[in-house]
Amino acid sequence: MTNNHFLLEIESVYKAFGGVEALSDISFLLKSGSITGLIGPNGAGKTTLFNLISGIFPSDNGNIIFNGTSIKNKKVHKLVERGIARTFQNVELFESMTVLENILVGQHTRTRCGIWGSITRLPWVSREEQEAHQRAMELLDFVGLHEHADKTSSDLPFGWQRLLELARAMAAQPKLLLLDEPAAGLNITETMQLGELIKKIREQGVTVLLVEHDMSLTMEISDWIVVLDQGKKIAEGTPRNIQDDEAVLKAYLGTTKKKVKGER
Amino acid sequence: MSTNTARNRISYIIFILLVTFAGYYINNSYYLQVLTFIGINTLLALGLNMLMGYAGQISLGHAAFYGIGAYGTAILTVHYHLPPWLALPGAIVAAMLVAYIVGIPTLKLSGYYLGMGTLGFGMIVNIIFREWSSVTGGASGFIGIPPLELGSISFSSTKNYFYLVWGFVLISIIICRRIIDSRVGRALRSIHDGEKASAAVGVNTSRLKLQVFVLSAGFSALAGFLYAHLVLFISPGTFNFIASIRMVTMVVIGGMASIWGALLGASLLTLLPEWLHAFSEFEMVVYGLILMTVMIFLPRGLTRGILDIVERAGKKHDQ
Repeated sequence: MTNNHFLLEIESVYKAFGGVEALSDISFLLKSGSITGLIGPNGAGKTTLFNLISGIFPSDNGNIIFNGTSIKNKKVHKLVERGIARTFQNVELFESMTVLENILVGQHTRTRCGIWGSITRLPWVSREEQEAHQRAMELLDFVGLHEHADKTSSDLPFGWQRLLELARAMAAQPKLLLLDEPAAGLNITETMQLGELIKKIREQGVTVLLVEHDMSLTMEISDWIVVLDQGKKIAEGTPRNIQDDEAVLKAYLGTTKKKVKGER
Repeated sequence: MSTNTARNRISYIIFILLVTFAGYYINNSYYLQVLTFIGINTLLALGLNMLMGYAGQISLGHAAFYGIGAYGTAILTVHYHLPPWLALPGAIVAAMLVAYIVGIPTLKLSGYYLGMGTLGFGMIVNIIFREWSSVTGGASGFIGIPPLELGSISFSSTKNYFYLVWGFVLISIIICRRIIDSRVGRALRSIHDGEKASAAVGVNTSRLKLQVFVLSAGFSALAGFLYAHLVLFISPGTFNFIASIRMVTMVVIGGMASIWGALLGASLLTLLPEWLHAFSEFEMVVYGLILMTVMIFLPRGLTRGILDIVERAGKKHDQ
């Protein structure tokens, strides 16, 4: 059943690693076209949940429904094809390739030339290649890296590498974009630019799920916040509600007195 | 992109000119034969380079596919009386089929384990060549392989065979170049750079690795076919473990992920033993020393190493 309202439905998901429960009974919904922030202290299970959604490993129990169909036990590349793209906590670029080539690989699921196509170079292959180039340049323009298209990606400064990885994920034309700590290692200006970009991405109709330690960024751009602590969901709500939630304050600060606002 | 295509075209033209000049001016049949062997080895290195240099997967058993190409055409032409040009697709398809079946379980491995797996495979195939005497002629070898001819052109002439082999090399280089410059090639290189990220952009990494493994087996089988119809006699020793290692060495010495590197590596590894005959019993020692020196001073292979030296010299000149 297609549900127009929710793009992603997490239904009582469990995951354990060798007896240690990393996630236990996690359920929440992602509204189509929203930005949802997934927060929680270290070891709360955020990255584990990301890996489950993007198909890196399967959940032990429960169900994950994307765009109306279950995506349990689907391979990573199949999920990209369906519209789930992601970035990594420690930027995983193709370092020997140019900036442009990184974006071109990002379009892998949206292009179809195979070995025969590449050898014969029929007209449709050249056309596809040209269109891919054009889209790649548009994406580089979007993140502001179009002047550096021919540089080797590992030569870019770290902040730009993050932007490139974001553009590469967008090249897959995703419906759902998973961002794993996109602001880690960025300075304040870069973080603000990133926030603007993520908002623009949402305007294009892409649903965003964001793991982020930078609270001011998360609180500012998210429509909805889900809080994990030690593998359990302890709260969800609008950023305003979450900042006053006692369970959240306790998990973060061990006290209920202070506010989390502005924490870094 | 268009500058790339232009540069490729120029290098193909230079290649054709060089081959034509070599064929025109060299009449010494020993030199021609050595050049022909360089061509055959280039085909081996090209195929393996696609797997090792671009996809980043090692194979220590590729001589098996070289052997399947050679024995395949020998069996088809001698036992089944097929014309060689019909045996060619047969031998290539056979090698690719074996690669496909072996590749499915083997390519799940990575690093050292993939090396060990392919090594074992290569040895098994070599034992089959040696022990299945009724079909392969066993340890004493397979005799009576017919020479190639095409209409009125006979390839028993050294010069014609030289042109034939280098024609195949040119076609293979163009095929490899086109694959590398395409969506498939980029996906391949992405596996080399990071398999996790490659999957995360939607590359079916296990399928692509298998495809390249099969493709490289095809190039090796083509080389095997050309070898068999050149020397007209094959024995298991040519396709043993050492042969696999030699193929890997060609790719590494020439420079991984470089098509012209495959050519350079194949040339060096073919010429060295010829030059080193003078050292008689010390031949292998000198051979080893040269390879070690290249790897120590040009760890990224000859092509990259020479380019680095040229670029550095250029910079000094500018200052």
